[in-house]
Amino acid sequence: MRRGRFGGLSLLALALCLPSAVPLVAALAALFNPDPEMLGHLWQHTLPRVGANTFWLLLGVGLGTVLLGTALAALIALTDFPGRRFFRWALVLPLALPGYVFAVAFIGLFDYSGTFASLLREHGLLLPEIRSRGGVIAVMTLALFPYVYLVASDAFASQGARALEAARALGMSPQRAFLRAALPLARPFIAGGVLLVLMETLADFGTVAAFNYDTFTSAIYSAWFAMFSTDTALQIAAVMLLAVIALVLLEAHSRRRQSFVQLGAVNAARLPMGRWRWAATAFCALLLGLAFVLPVARLGWIAAAHLHELDARYFEFVGNGLLLSGMAAALTVAAALVLALAAREQPGLLSTLALRIGTVGYGLPGALLAIGLYVPVIRASGWLLDRLQIDMALTGGLGLLLIAYGVRFTAVAHAPVSSALLRVRESHLEAAQLLGVTGLRRLRQVHWPLLRGGLATAALLVFVDVMKEMPITLMMRPFGWNTLATRVFELTNEGEWRRAALPALSIVAVGLIPVLLLTRRARDAA
Amino acid sequence: MRLELIDCAVGYDGRAVLAGVNLAVEAGEIGCLLGPSGAGKTSLLRAIAGFAPLYAGRIQSLAADAEPHVLSGPGVQLPPERRDIGMVFQDHALLPHLTALGNVMFGLFRLPRREAEARARRMLALVGLAGFEPRYPHELSGGQQQRVALARALAPRPALVLLDEPFSSLDPDLRERLALDVRAALKAEGVGALLITHSQVEAFAMADRIGVVAEGALQQWDSAYALYHQPANAIVARFIGEGVFVDATSLGGQRLQTPLGEARTPRNGHAPGQRLQLLLRPDDVVHDDASPMQAEVIARAFRGADFLYTLRLDSGERLLSLVPSHHDHAIGQRIGIRLDLEHVVVFEAGIRN
Repeated sequence: MRRGRFGGLSLLALALCLPSAVPLVAALAALFNPDPEMLGHLWQHTLPRVGANTFWLLLGVGLGTVLLGTALAALIALTDFPGRRFFRWALVLPLALPGYVFAVAFIGLFDYSGTFASLLREHGLLLPEIRSRGGVIAVMTLALFPYVYLVASDAFASQGARALEAARALGMSPQRAFLRAALPLARPFIAGGVLLVLMETLADFGTVAAFNYDTFTSAIYSAWFAMFSTDTALQIAAVMLLAVIALVLLEAHSRRRQSFVQLGAVNAARLPMGRWRWAATAFCALLLGLAFVLPVARLGWIAAAHLHELDARYFEFVGNGLLLSGMAAALTVAAALVLALAAREQPGLLSTLALRIGTVGYGLPGALLAIGLYVPVIRASGWLLDRLQIDMALTGGLGLLLIAYGVRFTAVAHAPVSSALLRVRESHLEAAQLLGVTGLRRLRQVHWPLLRGGLATAALLVFVDVMKEMPITLMMRPFGWNTLATRVFELTNEGEWRRAALPALSIVAVGLIPVLLLTRRARDAA
Repeated sequence: MRLELIDCAVGYDGRAVLAGVNLAVEAGEIGCLLGPSGAGKTSLLRAIAGFAPLYAGRIQSLAADAEPHVLSGPGVQLPPERRDIGMVFQDHALLPHLTALGNVMFGLFRLPRREAEARARRMLALVGLAGFEPRYPHELSGGQQQRVALARALAPRPALVLLDEPFSSLDPDLRERLALDVRAALKAEGVGALLITHSQVEAFAMADRIGVVAEGALQQWDSAYALYHQPANAIVARFIGEGVFVDATSLGGQRLQTPLGEARTPRNGHAPGQRLQLLLRPDDVVHDDASPMQAEVIARAFRGADFLYTLRLDSGERLLSLVPSHHDHAIGQRIGIRLDLEHVVVFEAGIRN
């Protein structure tokens, strides 16, 4: 097949991903060209506190998720105990709950005036203060440990089990075999998982805002919406970018060390647990309870008392959220398809560049991305209006918000789209061409049927991500627009924890869709 | 349609790997390109289909009583869909979202639906898959997928069908049987074909005419019989069938001195004393207890009807001999042999053995 290295498709791809470069360039420009006075002020007041908070949060959540995720993965992939098969997929469920939903559920529960705390106090027991560093770390660990659990159990199941057999055949005890054989093999994968966790932690806005625990993201928000200084916000974002870059580099490094060894059958013998097997069951049950059953039950309990709030206004939030998510999904999947098609049909420098830039947004925290996109656009449109009387009409409407979603989530859509594109084999296209099926007919009869599954998955993932997304929506939404996520923020911000339960529970319901899809696919593959 | 390749060169990344190819596939004839992988067979096939450019030369088709129609040549590369050539791909390239019937109907979009379906059903029946119409590709075995791919290629009545390593993904037991079935289907439709393979068994089972592709050239384009008994050069002789070269010396005229005695070449032309190499097929060396010529058995392979013995002469030369299987000799035993040359193949010396 004739293929050009440069062509319309790759140029279109490059044009489409230009907005992705904007926040990065804006933050870099602010980093290398700072306003000394403002930076000095920030160094005195904001950055040390925010930096320390972020550091301790990353450390705590990182350690917590490594311990929990690895322990659970080892138990489930390498040993046997009652309920193992159930816990294997159930432990993924916490992924459906964003951190701020945990916050809504737990803060009410553990607060001084909360039911649980009052009950314990009557018996002379005092709960530790939940709105503390330890509290945020605990909640975010519960929300994020499945990332480590997933990669670690994959690593243990695919290569650890066989390595364990080999080690035991050499006479090692099970414990020693685990420490010497299985764990070292899985270590690069665990590192990859925890780096993902750290990036999520760094990017988190909703949870830290609910706990009044100031990190970079909440500092960007308050500079913008409390001090109304977008320049300050951009400067904070620039400093935050350093942390992002460090994590991205570490991630790339850990990926290099991951080597996949395909080790035939996975039906290796499992480690005997003896009397400890019920302890394993109890441990898994406790975690599943804390990380899923308890928060969901608690939200359901409170939401039931607030069902009268399911009124016209509520459905307006839901409608807004659905509309935004739908538009963002369509836009993002279309962009991802162009990127993937360009990479496939016109491989070369242009399309590679487009792909790199187009998927960079997923590594950028939403708060950084929002301010980094907003400031240049405001400046550019002000300049255009002054000099040329052209109104770009990008701000204050949905346009910029949708572009920001696209920047953030193109990478999410790209993965399923490009793997679906792999199903369209070169020989399919050639077979069609020889039979005279070309052009649009080929697109309709060959590409579309093979691609639509992947496109639907991509659209669903983006749709759900946008529903749950908080900082970008909050900072860039048109005045008066609310989604479920921003409604949760507003209510918790006003201390209305109980009223936030209903929208939080709705988000869980939406978030469960891709998680169930994921577990079903994993089960089918097994 | 007669397909002609004239001085064709093909390759990839701008580098020709196969050049100077001249061959013709007559209407309704089955041709085969046989050679090791990497020899450029696939590049040549893709150039004929129109997917790859020709680096030099010309590919043309000749319908009966018509002018040659250039498919590829200097400045010409007719798009694949306008060549009237079908293709069966190495990986079958069946569309996973269509049934067997849907795949065969896929190329029949120019026909009214009813006709297309009837034609597709006939084609599936022709390849022995009547009743499998509603099956999806993943519900079919490798051999069945292969048959569907053939039915799909044949359905639009192309003038020629190309088959790219058609049996390479199948079990060896299945290959020869399927090769005969495919040949029968092609002959039933009266359509010409060109297949490529690295398996001599497949080539011999399917093709009317075979080309040996090796060392950057088409070495010989001939019938299987001729390739075996009258190889054009040592490369073909080595590639086709079993056999060994032994040193021989011309005694002038048609006479030839060999380690197994004197032999006669079919023609004159070698000066007395010229050193030659004589090709000995296993059936050229006959076991004969009465023969004074003795050789030691150094290896043996039982093949059912016969033994293939590897023998060593006292002079150190090694030979292969095909012997009926009731002559059961142990390794180390000495047996009598003699030459029984029907086709004498000699090349000038200087050939590695």
